[in-house]
Amino acid sequence: MKAKKLITLLLVAVFVLVAFAGCAGSSSYKEPEKIVIGCNYELSGAVAQYGQMTMAGIQLAVDEINAAGGINGKQVQLVKVDNKSDNNESKTVATRLATQDKVLAILGPATSGATKATITVSDQYKVPVITCSGTADDVTVSNGKVNAYVFRTCFNDSFQGNVMANFVYNDLKLKKAVVLSDNSNDYSMGLAATFKTVFTKAGGTIAAEENFTAGDKDFSAILTKIKAKDYDVIYLPSYYEEAGLIIKQARAMGINVPICGGDGFDDSKLNEIAGDKNLNNVFFSGHYSSQDTTKVVVDFNKMYKEKTGETPNAFNALGYDLAKFVLQGVKTAGKYTSDDVAKALMNVKDFQGVTGTFTLDANHNPVKSAVVIEFKNGVQKFRARVNP
Amino acid sequence: MELFIQQIINGISIGSIYALIALGYTMVYGIIKLINFAHGDILMIGAYVGLYCVLLFKLPLIPSIIIAMILCALLGVVTEKVAYRPLRNAPRIAVLITAIGVSFLLEYIMVYFFKANSRTYPTDFFSFGSANIAGITIPIDKMVVAGITIALMILVQIIIKKTKLGKSIRAVSSDRDAAQLMGISVDRAISFTFIIGSALAGVAGVMYGAMFTINPLMGIQPGIKAFVAAVFGGIGSIPGAILGGLLLGIIETLVSAYFSSSIKDAVAFAILIIILVVRPSGLLGKNVKEKV
Repeated sequence: MKAKKLITLLLVAVFVLVAFAGCAGSSSYKEPEKIVIGCNYELSGAVAQYGQMTMAGIQLAVDEINAAGGINGKQVQLVKVDNKSDNNESKTVATRLATQDKVLAILGPATSGATKATITVSDQYKVPVITCSGTADDVTVSNGKVNAYVFRTCFNDSFQGNVMANFVYNDLKLKKAVVLSDNSNDYSMGLAATFKTVFTKAGGTIAAEENFTAGDKDFSAILTKIKAKDYDVIYLPSYYEEAGLIIKQARAMGINVPICGGDGFDDSKLNEIAGDKNLNNVFFSGHYSSQDTTKVVVDFNKMYKEKTGETPNAFNALGYDLAKFVLQGVKTAGKYTSDDVAKALMNVKDFQGVTGTFTLDANHNPVKSAVVIEFKNGVQKFRARVNP
Repeated sequence: MELFIQQIINGISIGSIYALIALGYTMVYGIIKLINFAHGDILMIGAYVGLYCVLLFKLPLIPSIIIAMILCALLGVVTEKVAYRPLRNAPRIAVLITAIGVSFLLEYIMVYFFKANSRTYPTDFFSFGSANIAGITIPIDKMVVAGITIALMILVQIIIKKTKLGKSIRAVSSDRDAAQLMGISVDRAISFTFIIGSALAGVAGVMYGAMFTINPLMGIQPGIKAFVAAVFGGIGSIPGAILGGLLLGIIETLVSAYFSSSIKDAVAFAILIIILVVRPSGLLGKNVKEKV
């Protein structure tokens, strides 16, 4: 009995000491030898593809910086943790990164849901969380309030609607749109709402609006209905499954007008469901295209191919930009604390990335360009870069 | 007017798929008073059989449908023998729960072996272009669906009304004990009912899968719709199932066309409730008094 008590006492003493030591550490700031950055990614599980591809881009950027002498003469060290594509796990590993590894910033996760799960962690430990692919509007702004330590380096969902509206009106020069959206999906409704506002403001008209629900398979009733309307383009912000079926059924009915959507189209399943021959005159907005002819993109492609032997995709490019952007912030922060890095991110002006040049706005979203990709016989072709 | 006719054709096309599935529900209910909740999953199996016929053996539509019919019929008989026959004299609720169990079993075996991802038939497998008749564009695939359905329904009617097996099914449906006393094999009649119902679900599966996408849980939604169609037309009645399926498809389509597709299910089910309040035994159902 006595031994047990003694051990308990000892443990308590150790905890108290450690706690004090911790306090002492934070009050008297000591410059670290290495720059430690956490990576919270979906390295396994349902969306492992996203996490692994982003991680590859980040690693490339960090290797490049370290080879060139590091940041202010310090080498960058990445602590990679796997959130298993699970939102709860994402929160757990983010806490670990902030408390045990004492990272200056956490890169990731890749999806909006997993990123939202780490908002409380970022607030509690004052450590910046930066995602490069979580596009939901409420990642950075929830309940009308900006999340102080959450940032992103990709455009948000409502911006995509804006890009497509401008592209349809100015580039395709089409003025009468039918909007088809999935009313069980925030992403779809968000894109549709922005598209309608921007398109009508530009001078276009919305000829008809129809809704469907995720899981619907037979769209012939709504397609027959819109076929009789006077319109010249369809805006269809939706994920690939419904979008694929709608494109297939519309083309079979002889609806041959351009069909435009968002980054949900960017999946090979769309080709499988709609069929390559039906994927003509189909456009979508995306973050990046390897066929972009801008100099930074061409250079990046060349460098990436030399290092890895592969053509980079959107996630590789987004990850690469994310690491470079955050380390730019670390470089100019002055002090190597996570709080200072968070503040410094807002002061990085006109960051020149592969996925566009940007500065973060007051809502922690970048103001950056998007690309429009066109399908020709099922093959993605770079069409245009659209500035906000 | 053209638009209206086109919408009716859309409705008939999806409605005939519901009708094919509803036939299986209604026949099984008619003979053993069981709502076979695994019926929608037989449709799913049919869709996968069809998919592999196309992917592995490059078979065209009709042979794929025939193979799916045979395999689904086998599966139907096996589930009846293994899961339902031992419970023939058990309370009805026990059999119903077993049916739900079989449904989950089939779904998750398929998830395990074939993954939960959506799959698609090759796009050229079921596309026939469209015909123009009197200014109305009619997609030929819709006509094919309706045509195959009508042909199969006539066949089922002939089997039920004209053959000896059909006669035994009708006899067992109306009074099992009396039929048995007359020397009719009840087991055979019931097995045969499952064969017909499951084969029809297999056909529906191939057509549904080829038109849309397939995954292991795809049977749930058309299964429930078809069950509703069967009740709508009067459960136990074969012409009732056909009428119910077609009407449900047409109502759904017209609601999406003239109101909003978000409320199509709400309206369809509201109509169902009204009809059941007015005619508790469904449109063509017989009002049978419970035997005391």
